[in-house]
Amino acid sequence: MAKITTGAINPEPGSSKKYKTGSWRNMKPVIDFNKCTKKCLFCYEYCPDSAVEKTKDGPKINYDYCKGCGICAYECPKEAITMEQEEK
Amino acid sequence: MKLIVRGNEATAVGAKLSRPDVIPAYPITPSTLFPEKISEYVANGELDTQFITVESEHSAISACIGASATGVRTCTCTASQGLALMHEMLFIAAGMRLPIVMPIGNRALSAPINIWCDHQDTISELDTGWMQFYAEKNQEALDLVIMAFKIAENKYVLLPAMVGLDAFVLTHTMEVVDVPDQKDVDDFLPPYTTSASYLDPTKPATVGSFGTPEYYMEFKYAEELAMNAAEKVIDEVFAEFKQKFGREYKKINTYKTEDADIILVTMGSMSGTARATVRQLRKDGKKVGLAKLTVLRPFPEKELLECAQHAKVLAVVDRNISFGFGGRVFSEVAGKFINRATKPLITNYVVGLGGRDVTINDYKEIVADSENVMNTGKVETQTKWINVKKENL
Repeated sequence: MAKITTGAINPEPGSSKKYKTGSWRNMKPVIDFNKCTKKCLFCYEYCPDSAVEKTKDGPKINYDYCKGCGICAYECPKEAITMEQEEK
Repeated sequence: MKLIVRGNEATAVGAKLSRPDVIPAYPITPSTLFPEKISEYVANGELDTQFITVESEHSAISACIGASATGVRTCTCTASQGLALMHEMLFIAAGMRLPIVMPIGNRALSAPINIWCDHQDTISELDTGWMQFYAEKNQEALDLVIMAFKIAENKYVLLPAMVGLDAFVLTHTMEVVDVPDQKDVDDFLPPYTTSASYLDPTKPATVGSFGTPEYYMEFKYAEELAMNAAEKVIDEVFAEFKQKFGREYKKINTYKTEDADIILVTMGSMSGTARATVRQLRKDGKKVGLAKLTVLRPFPEKELLECAQHAKVLAVVDRNISFGFGGRVFSEVAGKFINRATKPLITNYVVGLGGRDVTINDYKEIVADSENVMNTGKVETQTKWINVKKENL
């Protein structure tokens, strides 16, 4: 735990990188690469949280930040993304 | 220099002498003269400040928060519905630890619409994290504005402060005030500097950030500690003010309490009438005293317990009502005695709502009722409404 500052001023820019917000998720998107073309990147474009990364092997979901909203699964033209129950 | 001024002008003079860098304000009865005077000072070249005419009280306090967050001195002024409109922002000013000062022309809240005096507006904001001071006369309003800046800006405090002055009874009533010299005020209140110049582009920072459950409570605890620290700082600033300007302030101003059986507890301008009543009743041999609360936040617990240690009855006179409970100051005062082995009986009277006069006769009725409580040892009705025409209901 970090020490608190007076008035909740955060003097460190870019500190949001330290805070993983994926723990809010209760449904998890999973890509079926048998269906995924790896080229359209709709999921990458539509993700409101920039939690889908573009890699040479196609899209990759960053579960540290994905909130499980399901927009990628809804938009996927190949229906390659399914929302699975998060288990912890 | 002596001036004959209305209470609003006294607070405007106090603000001018404190040299705020930014003053956003929105007019509301009974505080409108404050922005009018400030705009006059700016137009005359008497005051170098950014005077912002905003579109609402919510905007006024928001602009104060923005300005104060850049590390400059700022103030505004409002009353009643205007203060209520600021409500959500008051917590933010305190939570961001911004030392904003705000005189309030204490006025009743609607409905029905009423522009006259009671303390309901500031009393309803007791829990926002602002310090609260109450003036009895225009001189106090002027002095308290200057002192409020110094207390608020203290590095151990960094909390905003309200200075209440009663609608019309003070805001629109002319009294002689002794105006301190600018040079002396400059000595007393140096320019505001803060270790965190929050909007400095060379040192980027996030203000108004998110506080998750893991952190939020610590921020609130720090605010509470700052309130506790303010108790000592207020004493120090009052002492320094007396040394420099000769006028003495205490968190609780007492009058003949040392041997009093019954102590009236009051706030604001109605304290003068209470003092006159005490003087009259003393001539009749009645052991009555007065404790006037100048500071309500942080609550002056030590001073209250000290002045009431020999009293048999504390008669708390509330110019506000917490519906379904009683007077709010009564609940505060009574709460501080809860674990004391010896304590006075505590009576409570609601008076003067919506500008109804609080007279010597009202105080005599209050004292007579409290005498009855003292003699019987019983409080039959905890909160009594004084001078209310029940036959008109």
